[in-house]
Amino acid sequence: MKGSSPSDAMSDDLTGVETISVLDEHDLIRVRQTLREHARRIKMGLVEETKLITAGSELARNILKYAVPPGGTVVIRHVQNQGKKGIHASFEDHGPGIAKINEAMMDGFSTSGSLGLGLPGARRLVDEFQIESKVGSGTRVVVVKWTR
Amino acid sequence: MTESPGGIIKIGSNLLVRLDGDLDDEMVNRLESKIVSEVEKTHAQGMLIDVSGLTLVDSFVARIIARIVSLVRLLGAETVVVGIQPAVAITLVELGVRFHNITTALNAEQGMELLEGLKSQ
Repeated sequence: MKGSSPSDAMSDDLTGVETISVLDEHDLIRVRQTLREHARRIKMGLVEETKLITAGSELARNILKYAVPPGGTVVIRHVQNQGKKGIHASFEDHGPGIAKINEAMMDGFSTSGSLGLGLPGARRLVDEFQIESKVGSGTRVVVVKWTR
Repeated sequence: MTESPGGIIKIGSNLLVRLDGDLDDEMVNRLESKIVSEVEKTHAQGMLIDVSGLTLVDSFVARIIARIVSLVRLLGAETVVVGIQPAVAITLVELGVRFHNITTALNAEQGMELLEGLKSQ
């Protein structure tokens, strides 16, 4: 378990919930576009929006890269906390899970030959980050990005 | 050119590559082979990659850009990456992408000057 718990102390605005199936590369673009739309709807600002979308791209790519069979779900919704607005996004797969989460959260640790920046990089780009993984049943990463 | 993710044009002994829009992985990979074959075909000595049209550079796209620069260098040409958007630059630094070994410039004009300097070294 890493970071603070994004699901606490927030009133959910269920009107804007959007679910995207991630099955191939083209869905990565859909994830990015949908995150962008939602970020703009709450007037997030370009820098924060870019960070959110980039984090989302890394996390959605992980779903394609590691889940066997490749695929998972991204759920995007709006959240509010003490007048502040934010985007809450969950990335879930039913892949093999991560045996050593601590290692996976370290820069440069990669089992796939990539830069190894996906998880730790994504964590740096968002305000709240939570990862749960169970070997053999899957991984869920939840992030929240607040408007400044 | 229609299915190309970005335009490639030759100016003098240099190639100008423009990356645009939201690139998917397939487009990025296709671009890599296209650039390499173009450098080989045209015997270009320098290349400018203009990324000002990219609103997102994640670690995958960054890795491909770094790989293109290395590949092109092996073919004897120098590369300067220009026009990284400020929001993209901030994001890349936080993401942890270092882009070392890659020469960057604010815009195409400054990039071209840098490129001429690199080529004469």
